[in-house]
Amino acid sequence: MWTIIHKMGSPPWFFRISGVLVRWLLPITVMLLVCGALWGLLVAPPDFRQGNSYRIIYIHVPSAVVALAGYYVMAFAGAVSLIWRIKMADVTMRAAAPVGAVLTAIALVTGAIWGKPTWGTWWVWDARITSMLILLFLYLGVVALFEAYENKTAAARACAVLSLVGTVNIPIIYKSVDWWYSLHQPASIKFTGESAIDASMLYPLLLMIVAFYCLFAVAVLLNMRAELTWQHRESGWLRQIVSGA
Amino acid sequence: MSYSKTSIWQPMSSEVASLSIWGAFARQFMRHCKSLVGSPADAINPLLFFFMVVTLFPLGLGPDPQRLAGMAPGILWVVALLSSLMVSAKLFASDYEDGSLEQLAMAPYPLAVLVMGEVAAHWIATGVLLALVSPVFATMLGLSSAALPTLVASLMLGTLSLTLIGAVGSALTVSIRRGGLLLSLLIIPLNVPVLIFGTTAVSEAVIDGNTVSWLALLGGLALGSLALLPLAIGAALRVSLDN
Repeated sequence: MWTIIHKMGSPPWFFRISGVLVRWLLPITVMLLVCGALWGLLVAPPDFRQGNSYRIIYIHVPSAVVALAGYYVMAFAGAVSLIWRIKMADVTMRAAAPVGAVLTAIALVTGAIWGKPTWGTWWVWDARITSMLILLFLYLGVVALFEAYENKTAAARACAVLSLVGTVNIPIIYKSVDWWYSLHQPASIKFTGESAIDASMLYPLLLMIVAFYCLFAVAVLLNMRAELTWQHRESGWLRQIVSGA
Repeated sequence: MSYSKTSIWQPMSSEVASLSIWGAFARQFMRHCKSLVGSPADAINPLLFFFMVVTLFPLGLGPDPQRLAGMAPGILWVVALLSSLMVSAKLFASDYEDGSLEQLAMAPYPLAVLVMGEVAAHWIATGVLLALVSPVFATMLGLSSAALPTLVASLMLGTLSLTLIGAVGSALTVSIRRGGLLLSLLIIPLNVPVLIFGTTAVSEAVIDGNTVSWLALLGGLALGSLALLPLAIGAALRVSLDN
């Protein structure tokens, strides 16, 4: 058990393993994305009230789901790096933050694009939308804090502290925004879709969620490899792997 | 300033090492109270800022008393949040620049406890003071007088959380040049629940609704922050000292 953890903390070992992992995961991700997109966009039936515009959920929902999970990945990596001072956890956290921020932004933008034909407006201060916006700010804060520090080891620890404080806060933020919404806003805009989603629409959605998880993993791994390459650009082991492979 | 800032902690001195944890906390607290008495501008300027920004709202929104009264809870709370943002930017700056932060980090006490002395003094000078003065501004905006006790109580509890969250942000950014804007990016999202609970408590008080549960939520946030955030502040300060 401990040897595996020690190995995971070693950049050369991780670089080799992640290379193999990406080689397998990347084609799988592309395949899942293409299948899910084709299924969702072409095969799944149109919604009886929204017509075809609902199909954006095949991008919107997966990116929102993975964006939320990504914050916890980042915070967990941050906790590991704070407690055990494992360098690779730093790299993971650093790599996950921009990916999560981009996914959050995608969720917000696709939501706005969907909202225009459906609700007649680009933006409403709905509880979930507002929470996602705050999540975007939390991500951007971590990215900006990392960039601002000169000493990158200290930067990683600072970001770990921040993301942990954010993690404790996220459920409170969600709950409070929920209460705020139900208190201040009359329910003028109702979610137009029916409560239960039909299986013919659900399966491609689930497939897309799995595809986005894989996409997140691939993006984070590639990001980590880029970061490691930069950090160890002078080391012999990297030269060996790059020239040997 | 009549007190000496740098020779406060001498880790090897037996007199200091014999203090209890509470003694160490009290000593830090008193030291910062004295510094605030020495330079009262630190406590007065945030109030002036509060006053001026409140003045901007009638100018921007028009003087209609009914409209202003309706918006008063939100205005007062947003401005309180902004003013706490302003003051927390400088919270640890002088300690960092003159090296007393490094001495604190070497002192034989938990850094979290020592900085809490500072944060507590800071809270009293900015948050409690703001809460006590806020009825004046609230009345100028036309907030009904029945809501004033709730306003004071909510600001009292809420600024404790705001100050603690601000201290985390300040500790994270103290070693960064031009960290002020970054600080707002870091802590505004974390302040959202305080703002919501605070505004709602005051709005409920206006319509004679249920204020107790919202004040209880604010109190819960304050206690939770008080329990957890000192650790984050201490850890963040150590990170900043390494940068």
